[in-house]
Amino acid sequence: MSQTERKIRVLIAKPGLDGHDRGAKVVARALRDAGMEVIYTGLRQTPEMIAEAALQEDVDVVGLSVLSGAHMALAPRVIELLEANGQDHVKVFLGGIIPDEDVGKLKEIGVARIYGPGTLTDEIVGDIRKGVLEEVAR
Amino acid sequence: MASVREVLSGDRLSLARLLSQIENDTIEGRAALSELFPHTGNAHLIGVTGAPGTGKSSLVNQLAHHFRHPPESIPPRRVAIVAVDPSSPFSGGAVLGDRVRMRDLAGDPGIFIRSMASRGSLGGLARTTSGVVQAFDAAGFEIILIETVGAGQAEVDIARLAHTTLVVEAPGLGDDIQAIKAGILEIADILVINKADRTGVENTERALRTMLDLAHPIQRVYRHHGSLEVVPSSIAESPQEESVWIPPIQKTIALDGTGVQELGDQIARHKAHLEKTGEWESRGRTRLQAELDNLLQNTLVNRWRDSLSPERYQEIFEQLIERNLSPRQAVDALLNGGPRR
Ligand SMILES: Nc1nc2c(ncn2[C@@H]2O[C@H](COP(=O)(O)OP(=O)(O)O)[C@@H](O)[C@H]2O)c(=O)[nH]1
Ligand SMILES: [Mg+2]
Repeated sequence: MSQTERKIRVLIAKPGLDGHDRGAKVVARALRDAGMEVIYTGLRQTPEMIAEAALQEDVDVVGLSVLSGAHMALAPRVIELLEANGQDHVKVFLGGIIPDEDVGKLKEIGVARIYGPGTLTDEIVGDIRKGVLEEVAR
Repeated sequence: MASVREVLSGDRLSLARLLSQIENDTIEGRAALSELFPHTGNAHLIGVTGAPGTGKSSLVNQLAHHFRHPPESIPPRRVAIVAVDPSSPFSGGAVLGDRVRMRDLAGDPGIFIRSMASRGSLGGLARTTSGVVQAFDAAGFEIILIETVGAGQAEVDIARLAHTTLVVEAPGLGDDIQAIKAGILEIADILVINKADRTGVENTERALRTMLDLAHPIQRVYRHHGSLEVVPSSIAESPQEESVWIPPIQKTIALDGTGVQELGDQIARHKAHLEKTGEWESRGRTRLQAELDNLLQNTLVNRWRDSLSPERYQEIFEQLIERNLSPRQAVDALLNGGPRR
């Protein structure tokens, strides 16, 4: 009866001070082409800004693009704030050049997926669909 | 319903979730809107429309800031922003990028920004935008700024929804007369020329003034140094005090806030005009009547369709194809069992 179906909503954010968002934009467009609604927030977002936007937009997924090397400071803080806001169901994924020794720690604190350079966008689309659908089924 | 109570008490997570229910037109969303309805009708709804790239989002950012940090004795108002961007007709997905221009507003609990995809609707708003606006209204936001898709056509839907509609133009978007699309004067309560720092502002302003004077040919006669002078309506002093509202033209630079205070004043004056002339109420009545009629139509059609046998419909339809019945006779036959030939 309802003409409007539920869409997967994804926030794509670029925390930290490094100044180019080409990769983030490529991912945003790929997710759009896969039928998702992508809220794009632009450069130099603080974790506080990201969590606030995620709340107002009621997103299912937050994608962080971090090239500055500050991922160990930024990603845990975003997750902490999402939880403090009652959004523990939101999946967080991370794109960037993440050293192997950090990957395990990040997954432990709740980063759902980590994508290095050269990741195919199809892989990200597939992961998001699977992650969000699992969440809804619970 | 628990979430409605929480929304009314100002809980932001509940509000965000309810907005999704409304946007997805779920049973829960519909029920919540009905419960919230008695709490609506207080907010000033301000539409912001105009071609892509004219600076709508940047201006919304500035206006929100203006309402949050008013001069002197005026108390700050709570501001909700609904920003609509187009859905891709191919994938149904969307990239919603208006927040990029609104980063100044981060961290202010008196502001709530929600991005919406148009989801196939062509009028510049999504089908459920008015529901989302109602939820913000009920939740106590006093100012609601609604940014439309801005597909270039005059977007009539926003003029129906909003109390005050701003049409944003900018110099340098091709030929000025071309850029100023027919129909905008019917929907504009205030004309904004943004990017007033750019060359060509004078051309844009002249084109708009010409259109305005054509649309409002009332001229006012003034006594000036003993001689009579005719002043074209659009440049007459304070035309807003008359019972006819002539859209003022306001120049702004959304990058640095130039002209935003004045624009805020124009918006306040328009609201005062609507209240004084009784239009505030009559616009509200018109909007609710349209909503009622719309809903009534849809509901009746659906109900009637459910009760109709598909065979009967097919039979009449075939007669229409054979040209035994005209479309009007076919409707008559379906509704009243009229002539079967
Ligand atoms: N020069 C100048 N640029 C502006 C002004 N307002 C906005 N812009 C720029 O115009 C572009 C489009 O602005 P945006 O607010 O996204 O426009 P929208 O598509 O109508 O929402 C951005 O690059 C803005 O920085 C202005 O007053 N002057
Ligand atoms: Mg915009």
